[in-house]
Amino acid sequence: MRRVAVIGVGITEFGELWDSSFRKLGIGAGLSAVSDAGIYSDQIEALFVGNMSAGRFIRQEHVAALIADYSGIARDNIPATRVEAAGASGGLALRQGLMAVASSLHDIVVVGGAEKMTDVSDVESSMIQSSAADQEWETELGATFSGLHALMATRHMHDYGTTREQLADVAVKNHRHGALNPKAQFRREINRNVVLRSPMVASPLRVFDCAPSSDGAAAVVLCPLDMAKKFTDSPIEIVGSGQASDSLGLHHRKDICTMGATRAATQRALKMAGLSQKDVDVAEVHDNYTISEIIAIEDLGFFPKGEGGKATEEGLTSLDGDVAVNTSGGLKARGDPIGATGVAQAVEIVSQLRGKADKRQVKDADVGLTQNVGGTGATVVVHLFRRV
Amino acid sequence: MASAPRYWRENPSRYNMVGFKCNNCGKFYFPPRIICPLCHRKSVGKTEPVKMKGTGAIFSFTEVHEGMDEHNLQKPYILAMVELDEGAKVTGQVIDCDASDLSIGTKVRATLRKLSEEGSAGVIHYGYKFVPLRENGERPRDE
Repeated sequence: MRRVAVIGVGITEFGELWDSSFRKLGIGAGLSAVSDAGIYSDQIEALFVGNMSAGRFIRQEHVAALIADYSGIARDNIPATRVEAAGASGGLALRQGLMAVASSLHDIVVVGGAEKMTDVSDVESSMIQSSAADQEWETELGATFSGLHALMATRHMHDYGTTREQLADVAVKNHRHGALNPKAQFRREINRNVVLRSPMVASPLRVFDCAPSSDGAAAVVLCPLDMAKKFTDSPIEIVGSGQASDSLGLHHRKDICTMGATRAATQRALKMAGLSQKDVDVAEVHDNYTISEIIAIEDLGFFPKGEGGKATEEGLTSLDGDVAVNTSGGLKARGDPIGATGVAQAVEIVSQLRGKADKRQVKDADVGLTQNVGGTGATVVVHLFRRV
Repeated sequence: MASAPRYWRENPSRYNMVGFKCNNCGKFYFPPRIICPLCHRKSVGKTEPVKMKGTGAIFSFTEVHEGMDEHNLQKPYILAMVELDEGAKVTGQVIDCDASDLSIGTKVRATLRKLSEEGSAGVIHYGYKFVPLRENGERPRDE
């Protein structure tokens, strides 16, 4: 298997982008990644696009062909593949691109992720998101996507004494980081009271515990590590990749406070990289809800089970903490255009490891991690990145 | 809105909580599955539909205020994960009570209720919801 590097990254602004279409977003991210890599489109051998639900958000399927067409690479008849695993679509697209290069099938591959969510109403957007859960036996019986995460939160608070304030601290931290990210959807700091006084969505989760609906796209360019120096002085190697699945329905899990798929994917990625959790300096995790970040930092092995809330409250996941978590602002503040999210996480980690994250730079960041979740944890993709 | 058969074919389980027992390992599942996830191919031909008693205890719960069009009439409503006495966990609404009446461990019983309807003249979908039980086994509010 060949070693693989990221040689270019690109990302659009995230937010409610009324004047941007799906294709405009996708091309925007792709162009900036290709420019960043210093390559031309005739060097691209394959395209992978992470996207959850363009069919329902914009009534357009076949979006990999669409992006290939509008980026001009369809003229060269290159393979363009859409990858779907709900919220983990972007991370999974990255893994497909990684496998294509590592296996020697292709040399230069572009991985994109895109979602255009704000052309539908908020209620429609919620219902599309809840289709990542079991439609027949969760959604139809009254479960919402936020409601299922609220069930995790209620049980986590019961079993481990996690407090309502600790949940708020996740949002406060991620808004603080987002305020330093010019691409973030929300660039304003908030305090605990803003979270605790925001309208209830599904108790105990309030509006400020939830990631927003967002439009946006992100892209990365991959190539074999031994070719990377031709394109960039600062290639970032993808040293580990792990993917895992679990039951689609939350009610079939052994433990709703643990994502078994995060644990399995993390072990696989760490083993492949020959690294341990202690080596990770910076991590982008899937904080679609505040409780999700607390569960993630436990299952990733950064903190013992049940201590994620306390670690957050003590600032251990802040920019200057033991492990800086969601320096981009995370899904909460950077925004969560679903299919783009996993790729956006990789863009942030590459920027950090290149030392180009400006005001939110983690000092001497050498190893970075991304954790991308589909549904309530039925798919998890974990990647590890390292400075070369 | 989905087609009528999509709802109709799940009615035995939605109306009567018909689950699934694997006679290879003896484990109960609800909602029903096609094969036993523990016994895999060995369970083929050794499974049977089994009606759950419908009683259990709240494993976790939430009061839902936002996010679901079809349940708007009942907003807010209580959503719970219930651990049935047979050992399977199931997701459903809890009715005839306030969230403040409930805690993790509260005993509940399944009852047949309206889940949603397709507009004012469309098909009405029924299924299980849960009601709390008192210590003597009675329901609290409909006496």
